Amino acid sequence: MTEYAIEAHRLIKTFNGTLAVRGIDLAVPAGSIFGVLGPNGAGKTTTLRMLLGIIDPDEGHRTLLGHSQPLRAAREVGYLPEERGLYPAMHARDAIAFMGALRGLPLKTGRTRADDLLARYELGHVAARPIRTLSKGMAQTVQLLGTLVHRPRLIVLDEPFSGLDALNQTRLEAMIREQAANGVTILFSTHVIAHAERLCERIAIIAKGRVRFEGAVEEARNRLRPRVRLGTRESDGAWRSALPADAVIERGAWSFELPDSGVEPLLKALIAGGAGIDTLSIERPGLHDAFVAIAGEAAAAQMDRPQEELAA
Amino acid sequence: MRELIRAALVIARRDYTASVFSKTFLAFLIFPLVPLLIGGMFGRMGSEIDRKATHPTVAVIAPADDAALIGAARSRLAARMGDQALPDLRLIAPVRDISAQTNALLADTHENVVAVARGPLDAPALAGPRAAIFATQHDVALIYDTARADRAFAAAGIARPAPTELQTIVVEQAAGNDSSARMLTARLGQLILMFLTMMLAGMLLSNLIEEKSNKVIEVLAAAVPVDGIFLGKLLAMLAMSLTGIAVWGTIAVATIAIFYPGMATALPPPATGWPAFVVLGVVYFIGCFLLLGSLFLGVGGLASTARAVQTLSMPVTMGQLGVVAFASSAVGDPYGKVAMGASIFPWSSPFAMLARAAEAPEIWPHLLAIGWQAIWIALIIRASSRLFRISVLKSGKPFRWTFWRKPAARAAMSGSSAQA
Repeated sequence: MTEYAIEAHRLIKTFNGTLAVRGIDLAVPAGSIFGVLGPNGAGKTTTLRMLLGIIDPDEGHRTLLGHSQPLRAAREVGYLPEERGLYPAMHARDAIAFMGALRGLPLKTGRTRADDLLARYELGHVAARPIRTLSKGMAQTVQLLGTLVHRPRLIVLDEPFSGLDALNQTRLEAMIREQAANGVTILFSTHVIAHAERLCERIAIIAKGRVRFEGAVEEARNRLRPRVRLGTRESDGAWRSALPADAVIERGAWSFELPDSGVEPLLKALIAGGAGIDTLSIERPGLHDAFVAIAGEAAAAQMDRPQEELAA
Repeated sequence: MRELIRAALVIARRDYTASVFSKTFLAFLIFPLVPLLIGGMFGRMGSEIDRKATHPTVAVIAPADDAALIGAARSRLAARMGDQALPDLRLIAPVRDISAQTNALLADTHENVVAVARGPLDAPALAGPRAAIFATQHDVALIYDTARADRAFAAAGIARPAPTELQTIVVEQAAGNDSSARMLTARLGQLILMFLTMMLAGMLLSNLIEEKSNKVIEVLAAAVPVDGIFLGKLLAMLAMSLTGIAVWGTIAVATIAIFYPGMATALPPPATGWPAFVVLGVVYFIGCFLLLGSLFLGVGGLASTARAVQTLSMPVTMGQLGVVAFASSAVGDPYGKVAMGASIFPWSSPFAMLARAAEAPEIWPHLLAIGWQAIWIALIIRASSRLFRISVLKSGKPFRWTFWRKPAARAAMSGSSAQA
């Protein structure tokens, strides 16, 4: 029987009369990397905040590591909020230790672990520097280390990749994998489908306050049929009648869903019709395609736009 | 509860160390002393000017023998009456034209004499403006009387009687005039309490605004209950305030001990005695600070800018002044109805009870009042944290003015909102 680190049933949240979350169901298996995908305003952050007990749902209930009152599990949870927050005058080491202390770790132990963590992530030289003197990426890493210092069983990261450069994003991915390898459950929301595709075993796609899909990444991709890309030497001929009805020309080649009958009868018909096959490939749909199909074109377009553009 | 206190202490420790080990804390310690120092400095200068203005100098034109008698007489009188009670004398030998000498002395701005006494010891004359004569004539006459008596004793060969030794008897029981003295202690205590509380509790507001702008509040709220955050912030500010008070108190005690050594004994003793009064003063400061501070924290939760803080804190400050006025009206009648009402109303209770400590000797009402104030502190912290959850974290159900509706109507309302 699967053990779940987080379970949520019919969570509803209204802000000033507007339904932000419209009955979300979620089950995050213990030890998994779970991604929450969705465009801006989909309700991801509100959902995470409800799961953590920062805010209470208007209706529905949730359990966090077996506790129906999430703050009771606070000592075993690490959380990186979307809006990063650190005391500017605090030293990096103390900031990490303080975040551990909030979750029950003695300050002295926290400082020792903070030094170890900073050294491991090549930030040992900033341990005694005030946060205000660090770069944005460094400060974000310090806060992330603050979510790990008390060695939680569950880590919740809200848009952890935003604001990081490519190098730091790769480091963060490695960090997430490392934690998961140690049996820690990771739940993160993201704007960037590629991160979820690379990291997650399971995902939830949220749009307009509802979960549109929850399951394995493979399962989401398998919701779409593979697509065939066909390049022919001949532009017209009898072979055209063998093409499926949904065939369209994209970037100089025919593109269509793989027919139910498979690729073999199609190939035979094309050869017989004298198409002169130049190239032929069968492509499995990516998570992005699955997201488009599940959440809709508008949501996907919003996901693809840079966050700065959305903020503007 | 244990977890709540643990979390509150973690937050309090962080806030306290961040505040105390900062440059602004030094400014916080020094700034309240600046007006006092300036006031003290100008006060001393003013009193010196005042002394010069009200302590006139009279020139005495007299031959050497008479001058010696007059000078000795003034010294003897000053020893009994105090130097301030008599005019200063400038003893000057006469010249040929005494009228011209008198006019010259009165016109000399450097000498600064207000009047001139001249003539024989038995028939002196005092020359000067009307106001100066009015102010000095009796003192000058008294000095001359004493000088003549000395001369008479000397001429008769009789030794002057030794100064009278007055035996004093101090009674333990406070007489009627102690009541007004204790009223003074009560009012002074209330004034100091109000000044400290209002100055220090106001800092909580800016602290919370800073927290919100740092976005740290989200990190805190995810780890500890909001009640714990509030309690931690209150405790930190309280500890910081007590540190400030300890520093200011030490400076005040040292200043009094060095510059005004008689002042401590001149203060009227409170009915509960000084040790109990000081302890109760600290306890009531803590109560008052927490009562007002928790209210300010709730207000701070609603504000997002310094301007909003000023707007929102104004009614609280005005209310606090009203509360102090209420408690102050009970001074003089510690067992009266007004005093009872002021002791029961939570925000005036610390002020009223401190005044009571100055005027009434019983201790048990204080224990009762401290318990009562503690209950209100807990209630206000809870209410403020709920307000904070609603306004800042957008959590919890907003307060509705529909509690009077019938249950069926409420159920219908909640059903329709769920479907929306």
